[in-house]
Amino acid sequence: MNLTNSLQNIPNQVPEAAREATLHLFIGIGAVLLFASLVGWLLRWRLGRENSVVANLVARINAWWVMVAVIGIALLGGHTGIVVLFGLVSFFALREFITLTHTRRGDHYALLACFFVFLPLQYVFVWHNWYGMFSILIPVYAFLLMPFLACLGHDTTNFLARATQTQWGLMICVYAISHVPALLALQIAGYEERNLLLVVFLILVVQSSDVLQYVWGKLFGKKKIAPNVSPSKTVAGFVGGIASATGLGAALFWITPFTPLQAAGMALAITLMGFAGGLVMSAIKRDRGVKDWGHMIEGHGGMLDRLDSVCFSAPVFFHLVRYFFTV
Amino acid sequence: MKWLDRFAGRCLIGLARILTGAYANWLGCKPEAQQRLYFANHSSHLDFLLLWAMLPPSIRYQTRPVAGADYWGASKLRRYLIHRVFRGVLVERARPSAGHNPLAPLQAALDAGDSLIFFPEGTRSLDGEMQAFKGGLYHLARDNPEVEFVPVRMENLNRVMPKGNLLPVPLVCILSFGTPVTLAAEETKPAFLARAREAVLAMMPKH
Repeated sequence: MNLTNSLQNIPNQVPEAAREATLHLFIGIGAVLLFASLVGWLLRWRLGRENSVVANLVARINAWWVMVAVIGIALLGGHTGIVVLFGLVSFFALREFITLTHTRRGDHYALLACFFVFLPLQYVFVWHNWYGMFSILIPVYAFLLMPFLACLGHDTTNFLARATQTQWGLMICVYAISHVPALLALQIAGYEERNLLLVVFLILVVQSSDVLQYVWGKLFGKKKIAPNVSPSKTVAGFVGGIASATGLGAALFWITPFTPLQAAGMALAITLMGFAGGLVMSAIKRDRGVKDWGHMIEGHGGMLDRLDSVCFSAPVFFHLVRYFFTV
Repeated sequence: MKWLDRFAGRCLIGLARILTGAYANWLGCKPEAQQRLYFANHSSHLDFLLLWAMLPPSIRYQTRPVAGADYWGASKLRRYLIHRVFRGVLVERARPSAGHNPLAPLQAALDAGDSLIFFPEGTRSLDGEMQAFKGGLYHLARDNPEVEFVPVRMENLNRVMPKGNLLPVPLVCILSFGTPVTLAAEETKPAFLARAREAVLAMMPKH
């Protein structure tokens, strides 16, 4: 049977060189999550089910189990699995983003093009490793064609604002996020077949930085960095979170092509960009009068609430690696 | 082939959910097996499908959408969908004769114990603004005091599929279900219709 054969082949989608490290990483993440779940249960047992902070914490941890499982399954699908996963992630993120913008009837064709032309095309180019095309599709072609499509709606009310919002949505939700799977295409000497681990490195550092900023902020946070933009960002959270996530990144150097010092530098760049992303996306939410981007992920809010920092760090990480490490 | 009709229904619901990421907000009531008439603002052909999709399966098949006979009777596929899949109640929008009561099929469905999905504006507006409610809602409320009249506000559906467009843009839609509106003793028709419309308008989604 073809199907059973291809099912048996699935583990082979993860190249031999990356298999052992991936397995070790997932065992490690599983242990951390198990510990977090135990703490969550303990807190719930001590403080009661009615405590909303603990309920939210438990919901967040449960969602983490699901997200880790989804990423794990995508990794089993290798290159294609990761491209498909992030294509879907872009779709959900763009859906949340456009929902909160003020588009009008006249934008209908432009929006259809966003979802059904530019998004799939971008990921096809990423999947084909066609760097020249995926790096300009949205900044050049979409940028020029989308306002033209909006003209076909014969509506000039707030035209520039509408065109800007749509382009911004595409840049953040599709262009920026597509730089995560684009990491797979980088040719790094001595690191052949291990690029999947670069994706894992980026996601681990960004997400643990978010979690660590939250933990440090909850424990020691007093002074707020930008109370009007994001009430949850504190100086202690920022310093402690960035420092500990940079340390974690350095400790993960063995899965990357970097030395420990280089890994720390990369992690620092990733976490700083991630912090900037969280702040910018927060500003948009405040302006729109909402607390979360959506309701997709229990305890976290929407897809974009989980990904705001990835949006900003992925393209910068991609270009840093591409400039300094590719052949 | 009842299972085939149910299967077709499930597929359409799945498709609508993927496209809109619809989310139900039960603000003023819970999804219960109580005989109800859900009335909502009307902006796209997807409206009743999404409202239908938000109900738990146990009560979904007791709840029938009210739809225009002119549109849904126009082709074989539409007739199949509205009669077999959605079990819709068709109404004539243009009154054929003076003695004709367009509400008769709705009353018959309510008498049979079914719940209804009803759009009291009658037709879809172009700009997404809600129009005045037509009198039918008042007559139904007067003749069926035992039925709960639940206001429903549907956000964003006019952006998903504006009138005149066939391809939907995938946006997140929020459906808010409010507290049932009951006709007060002595309440006049315009007062009740205005109050019912206000009940739909007043519900801003909880974020």
